[in-house]
Parts: sequence; C-alpha cells; structure tokens
Amino acid sequence: MTRDIVALSDVTRSYGEPPTQALKGVDLTVEEGELVAIVGPSGSGKSTMLNLIGTLDRPTSGTAFIDGADVSRMSDVRLSALRAYRIGFVFQQFHLTEGFSAIDNVADGLIYTGISRRQRRLFARKALERVGLDHRLDHKPNQLSGGERQRVAIARAVVGEPSLLLADEPTGNLDSTSGAGVVELLRDLNETGTTVIVITHDIDLAESLPRRVSLRDGRIVADSGRVDSGRAA
Amino acid sequence: MSGINNPASRKRSRLRGGDVLYLGTAGLRARPTRAVLSALGIAIGIAAMIAVVGISSSSQAKLNEQLSTLGTNLLSMQAGKTLFGKDAQLPEDSVNKVAALDGVLRVGSTGRVTGISIYRSNLIDTAASGGLGVDVASLGLPAVVGATFDTGTWLNAASSEYPAVVLGSKAAARLGIVSVGSLVWLGGQQFSVVGVLDPVVLAPELDSTALIGETIAAELFGFDHHPTTIYERSADKLVGQVRSLLPRTVNPAAPDEVDVVRPSDALAAKNAADQAFTGLLLALGSVALLVGGIGVANTMVISVLERRREIGLRRALGATRGHIRAQFLTEALLLSALGGVGGAAIGSAATAMFAVVNGWQAVIPLPVLGAGIGATVVIGAIAGMYPAVRASRTPPTSALGS
Repeated sequence: MTRDIVALSDVTRSYGEPPTQALKGVDLTVEEGELVAIVGPSGSGKSTMLNLIGTLDRPTSGTAFIDGADVSRMSDVRLSALRAYRIGFVFQQFHLTEGFSAIDNVADGLIYTGISRRQRRLFARKALERVGLDHRLDHKPNQLSGGERQRVAIARAVVGEPSLLLADEPTGNLDSTSGAGVVELLRDLNETGTTVIVITHDIDLAESLPRRVSLRDGRIVADSGRVDSGRAA
Repeated sequence: MSGINNPASRKRSRLRGGDVLYLGTAGLRARPTRAVLSALGIAIGIAAMIAVVGISSSSQAKLNEQLSTLGTNLLSMQAGKTLFGKDAQLPEDSVNKVAALDGVLRVGSTGRVTGISIYRSNLIDTAASGGLGVDVASLGLPAVVGATFDTGTWLNAASSEYPAVVLGSKAAARLGIVSVGSLVWLGGQQFSVVGVLDPVVLAPELDSTALIGETIAAELFGFDHHPTTIYERSADKLVGQVRSLLPRTVNPAAPDEVDVVRPSDALAAKNAADQAFTGLLLALGSVALLVGGIGVANTMVISVLERRREIGLRRALGATRGHIRAQFLTEALLLSALGGVGGAAIGSAATAMFAVVNGWQAVIPLPVLGAGIGATVVIGAIAGMYPAVRASRTPPTSALGS
C-alpha cells in the first residue's frame, strides 16, 4: 500500500511587498517510493518548491501535506522534528563542515535526534559504506574529490533513514562522470524504498528519471505522471 | 536502524547537552585565530583586574606581616604649637615621666640640635647640607623604634661622650658613607661614624638624620636637653590608655601642646590611600572588560552573518530555533570563558612577578579569581544573547539558493 508523501494543493508562495509570486497555485502529489525530477529554468520556482516540500518554508496560501502532516499548521518545533527524522537534504554545494572527517560530517546528520555520539558514528559508518566510501571514513572534505564530497553529503542525508530525500542540483558542481555516479547512487537509494525528489535544470539528468515535473514561471507546465518502477512489480 | 525511525509525529528534535558543547567548540575551532583575538579583549580586562587586586592584596599582606613584626604598640609624641601659634617645647624631664607611666615598656627620644649640619668633609659648601638633620639620640632609641643596623653599632655610654655619630640610611647614602670609621664634618668638627642604620619603617624621619650622643652635644653645641620626639612602647592592651595619658603626663601645664601619633596607623593610612588608587585601577579594568565583551558580541554577530549557510543546514538537519540559539550562546560563553581563564592566568602571573620583584609573598584572593571568571561568563551570556537570537531567526531556507 502506498500513500502520498508529498501533497501540495493550490499552493502559492509570494515574497516581498508588493508581493511577487514564486509559485502560483501548484498542485503536486508524490507517492512513497517515487523518484521524481523537478525541472525548470532558474527563476521558475524550483527552489521555492524544494523549500516547501522540505518544510523549510510555509505556503502563503493553499495546503502542503508532507509525510501526512499539514505544514501550515505545525509549529517550528514540530517541523524541525519532521526534518530531523523524516527528511534528508542534499545540497548543490555539499555544505560539509571543513576540518571534520567524513564520518563526523555524516554523524552530524543525526545530532538533532539526541542519540549519543558513539551511536551516531556507528550509523555514520554504515551510511558511508552504503555510498561506497568506507575507505574514506577519516578523510577531511578537502582531501576528497567533488564526487566523493557529494557522496558524503548524501550519506549524511540518509544516515537517519528518512522517508523523503530532497536533492537540490546534486550534480550541479560535479563533472559528468561523478555526476553520473551520484545519480546512480540516488537510484540505488530509491530502489531500497526512499522517496527521492531531485531538483535540476539539467534536462539530460531529468530525462533519465522515471517522473519529470516541469516548472515555468511558478506553474507546473508538464508532469509525466507516476510510473511504476520495477520495485512495485 | 529501526530505533531511529519510529513514527515521526510523536518525536521531537533533541540535542544533547554534550552536543551543544561540541557544536559550540566546533565553531571556535573552525576559526582559532579569531577566537583567540576576540577572547584577548576579555582576557586583558580580567588580567588587569586580577593583577590590581592581587598586587594590592600582596602589599597588604606584606604590610600586615611588617606590622606584626614591628608591632603596633609604638607611640611617638612631639611638641605641637602653643595657644599663640608658636612652636612649643617638650619639658626636659619628659622622658623620665613617660617611663614612669603605667604600662610603658621602653622609652627613647631624639632632640634636634638646631643650626648644626653634617657634611662629608670640611671642603663642602655649607649651603649643601643635603636636607640632613643632626639629632641627639637617647641610648635606648634603637630598641624602642625597632631599628636595625646595616653596619656598625649604636652609641653607648662611652661613645656618646666622644665625637661619634650613627647615620640613618638616607643620610649615609647622601654622604656616601659605607663603612664604620669614616670621618664626617659635623658642626665644624670631625665626627667618626660608628654605625649605619637600616631604613626604620616606624620612624622614617630617622633615615635622614645623623644621631649623636647627649654629652658631646651638650659639650660642643650647647644642647638644651629638650627632646623633640619621644618614642614609647607599651603593652599592647594598654596602648589606648597610655595614649590618652601621655599629653598630661609629659606636659601637665599644657597637654594640648603635645601631639601623639601611632606610626603603625600612619602606615595603614598610607596603604588605605593605595587602596583608593586600586579602586580607580579596578574601574579601568572593568572598562577593559566591557570593551572585551563588546568585542565578543561583535565577533559573534559577524559569525552569525557569515554562517547563514551553516545555520540553514542545521535547520535542515532538524535543529529547532532553540537549538541554534543554544549553539551560538554556548559559543559566546566559551569564547568569553576562554578569555576569563586566560586573563586569570595572565593576571596571576603578573601579580606573582610583581610580588617576587618586590620581595613580597604573592597573594591572589581565590574569591576574586572566581568572581573574575564568573563575570566573564555573565559577560559572555549578555554578549551572546543578541547574536544567538539573531542566528535563531535566520530563515531555514538559507542553506539553499546560490
């Protein structure tokens, strides 16, 4: 049985005064286990969408249900909890802490769940094994290649086994080989049941994913729709 | 892993106390130079305050030790003014009267021989007296005032009949006398130096004086046997009583013309004046501390502005506003505590050095040390409050975007 992990209905988000609308009445549902690309040129509202799906921001109007919770009606504390336990983020610039080893960076992904440092490092080691970096545990970010850094960032995002993984231009700062590796890794994670939403302006990357949602000027202009991957069969 | 992933709606973000500390130190370790420099402001303030208090308590301790060896039971009396404003004189037999007083243990006296000066030799210009006076000293004087000898001995019954002189420490230094047996030119005659005193703490007026015997003074200079200063030691418990009786005893006809002082009080008063100065320095130190606190606040504000990305990332990882606030507040507290501990160390070292150079025992009051470090924690909390609140208001979306 699958359920909607993301359900946006008639969502708008406007900024500033007078208000400019970054999203203009968006409807989108993503079911558990999907692998979705959200594509569009810059300024199309991709990042706003990611912020809303990641509960980092609230809609100006409309409703956003993430993992079954109504984002507009939740307190900062409850939204933070949702992010701590249920959502993982991967950023274009990796956002690793310089001077800290890969394993410590990954362990940081669990710091707001209140488990002990020893336990966090234990989980972090497993997550790094999952992304194929078990030979780089004690390397600092500046000793890693771009592709490896993004893998560390992905390990940090998935160390808590979130049900939703959000990736913002995950290959934007990588060469094509490393980028392909990262996409492969996201596919693998999706295979094991994690819902993955990738934001990108890279059409080739988007084309390689089962579902594509195209944004332009704050509206969804195309949605290839849910495709049952092999996993569901 | 199932332990982590129970139904989320029931769970809250949690940050362990130890992890708050871990995050707070991580921020400082990432920029060690900046941390040290901004802690330095606080350190200087604390160091200044600790050094000021430490040095003044060390000198107080030295004084207390001095007073306990010198005793506080010494009184000295001098002739004051008559009712008509003229200089009064102490009666000739004052010393014997004081000695007869109940509770008095020892008495000594000096009497100024006016118009007589002392020179290194007869070739010196008579105007260049060097501010040195010549006094007739009673034989019991050193025992009463607690004088000790740098070299030589005191006058005795025999030498006081001859041209022999004992020099105070300053007098000896000005005349250039270092050894016994040197000859000096005193009142138009050669005198032989028989002793040189150490500085006399309770009777510093003796330091710039040349002391000669009564017999020779009467013989050569017509000394009138009136003492100018009488020193007296009594039993500790009776000091107050003796003090009140002295004027009447010495000069029953005009007790008002006798001034009695307690030299140990003068020493304590001088120290109290130093303490007032200490208060001023302490105020100066607290200004430095305030400036240090502003430095910490400034560093933290800059840090918050620079680390919007990190804050956004932490929010994405599940930090609540409270967690962000705690992290930055901890960082500010650690920063100023670092300054506090460093400052306490510098201040203590400065006090110890100053004390060693002056030959004192270094005294650093522990409560002051504790209060100093405690103050830095308070300063850190105040300085960190605004930046921490500001950090917690950084929008969670800051990790994304360009």
